Amino acid sequence: MKRNIKLGGEICANCASKIESQIAKLDGVNDVRVNAMTLKFTLDADDDKFDDALAQSIKIFGRVEPDCEVLA
Amino acid sequence: MSKGSQAPGAAASGGGAAARAKRPSVMTKRQVRWRNRIIVALALFACALVLERSGALAALFGTPGDVYAAFAIYLVPYLVSGYDVILKAFKGIVNREPFDEHLLMTIATLGAFALVLFPDTGPHMAEGAAVMLFYQVGELFQSYAVGRSRKSIADMMDIAPDYANVMRDGRLEQVDPDEVAVGDEFVVKPGERIPIDGVVTEGSSDVDTAALTGESMPRHAGEGDEVVSGCVNMTGVLTVRATKPFGESTVSRILELVENASDKKARTESFITRFARVYTPVVTGLAALIAVVPPLLFGLAWGDWVFRGLTFLVVSCPCALVISVPLSFFGGIGGSSRMGILIKGGNYLEALAHVDTVVFDKTGTLTNGTFEVVGVHPAGACPAPAEGDAAPEAAPADADELLRLAAHAEAFSTHPIAASVRGAYLKSGGAAIDQGAISDVSERGGHGVSARVDGHEVLVGNDRLMAQADVTSQPCELVGTILHVAVDGAYAGHIVIADVVKPDAAEAIARLHAAGVSKTVMLTGDRREVADSVASRLGIDECHAQLLPQDKVDQVERLLAAEPAKGRLAFVGDGINDAPVLTRADVGIAMGAMGSDAAIEAADVVLMDDKPSKIAAAIRISRKTMRIAWQNIVFALGVKVLVLVLAALGIANMWMAVFADVGVAILAILNAMRCMNVAKMAR
Repeated sequence: MKRNIKLGGEICANCASKIESQIAKLDGVNDVRVNAMTLKFTLDADDDKFDDALAQSIKIFGRVEPDCEVLA
Repeated sequence: MSKGSQAPGAAASGGGAAARAKRPSVMTKRQVRWRNRIIVALALFACALVLERSGALAALFGTPGDVYAAFAIYLVPYLVSGYDVILKAFKGIVNREPFDEHLLMTIATLGAFALVLFPDTGPHMAEGAAVMLFYQVGELFQSYAVGRSRKSIADMMDIAPDYANVMRDGRLEQVDPDEVAVGDEFVVKPGERIPIDGVVTEGSSDVDTAALTGESMPRHAGEGDEVVSGCVNMTGVLTVRATKPFGESTVSRILELVENASDKKARTESFITRFARVYTPVVTGLAALIAVVPPLLFGLAWGDWVFRGLTFLVVSCPCALVISVPLSFFGGIGGSSRMGILIKGGNYLEALAHVDTVVFDKTGTLTNGTFEVVGVHPAGACPAPAEGDAAPEAAPADADELLRLAAHAEAFSTHPIAASVRGAYLKSGGAAIDQGAISDVSERGGHGVSARVDGHEVLVGNDRLMAQADVTSQPCELVGTILHVAVDGAYAGHIVIADVVKPDAAEAIARLHAAGVSKTVMLTGDRREVADSVASRLGIDECHAQLLPQDKVDQVERLLAAEPAKGRLAFVGDGINDAPVLTRADVGIAMGAMGSDAAIEAADVVLMDDKPSKIAAAIRISRKTMRIAWQNIVFALGVKVLVLVLAALGIANMWMAVFADVGVAILAILNAMRCMNVAKMAR
């Protein structure tokens, strides 16, 4: 399953790439994009693991860049 | 918060509310709160400064008690302005992501306060508090500037319509375009954007393609015509039947493409991100060395060197780079999309800037790809072609009759050449084709056609057909496909048909050369004479004719191999049948893409209209964008290195360091915004 999720607040390219690489390591994640310019977060993960991956991703966002909010 | 300090904050937020009412979403709520906090801290800081400088503290607490009192009163504005930074720094350590700007600022400013322990250097509390304050001012401004730029680029790209008018229960209702299914009808009023690709079922109007192509060019649309989403309906009301769902309509696809473009990073962008990860730890390490080594080894004053080390820390944040460089690319891509030039990624923009060879597939790029009659020459009257003239020539007296006979003989042929002969006949003012006058039509496979027109035996075809009929044909000096006509076994003349060169093709080539492209190459499946004539007329450097589709790939491979290390090769095609070559080239450019999914899919750069002159514009925009990105890199790093050196020598203070951090970032962001200004850059 693939979802496009908007991001609130702001994020720099540096943090975006940090978050990207951390989410990519999560179980069941096939592809992830954090676009600092358009403030969009694209998560592609296996159907059964998607919700877990999303919850984990939101935690990663909160950890690396608390100013950026996942509007899921 | 003390009572006295609330007044300025409240007044400011009142003013902010008024401004927000006029222009919504200028500042986010978070930014407004942030700004108010800074104002409060500034007021507190001013009070502390007055108390200290006026000697009030010394009078109250005596020496050295006044130093500790000053420490306390500067700590208040410091904490008000910077408590969130300290908190984030702490969180960073807990989350094992310590090397961020927050930690660096925290160490630097707390360090400045801690210098109270080294009485030999004099107090730096004011500096500590001020650095935090101005760091926050800078960060706020930076956040605001980035937000604004991002929004204006996004607005610029936002050509998506918000609604579609659909007839429901006898009334027009505005619905989400996503709800309109294929086959549904919707109404587009004058001034509205067409939301979904479709076919006009009722009404007629002029539609403007400016949002897609960048140039205002009204096109007429009547019943049965296809209309492309994103165009603005100008004059009449149109009822349109959707032929595609909203998500697959032109406008959605373009938006998706441009938005995803920032996912594909240019080498410069990823270099900066990688660099930033190394830069911060290195500068932090240097700061530690500077603070510790000189006092330990040479017995120099601790306070002085610790302060120099702290100044280092302030400069070590890479924000200016990691924000402004991607913003430059985003601006360039967003801006060029407004001109109808879609660049699918920062990496392609970068490659485009280095293009030194442009290869054209002739048909559809330099020429229209449609065959048109360029000359009608009755027997014995074949004039020498005027230099560089492709327009139909002033034909001798019975040219009209020649064209009429040929058009009638070809009346039932489906060949494109026959269609252009009929088109030319009607355009020259000929009456409608009289089918009753035609009989005994027979196609002579690959050679031409024979028919009886008005009782005369008419042969229309190539020289082999003439040879078969024992008719001596006349050669023509015009280049193109020659259609000979024989009437009752006697040679009557010939009609010259050629692919017409686009009006701006020669200008396009000249502009490419002017933009520094060293080689232009034309590939075509057409005959050698035709190709050479077009190439020499347009000023193309190299021309390869009579190529099969796979030969074009070979030619591009050969040219790629001959490219110098830094040069890039662009291939320009019309997106039809040339996907393999488009993908093989460093940059594949497809043109005339409005409404053509295949072209949008296959290419790296998509020109919405079919003007070859846009290629030079795209290259210029890319180069300017790259130049601006590099300006930012050199400027930001230059200032930082300079301040680092000055700090190590003890010349730079924390104020300069704060400027090197946030000041440079703001200037770099403002510079990056110039990338949006594509109309000026394209020239």
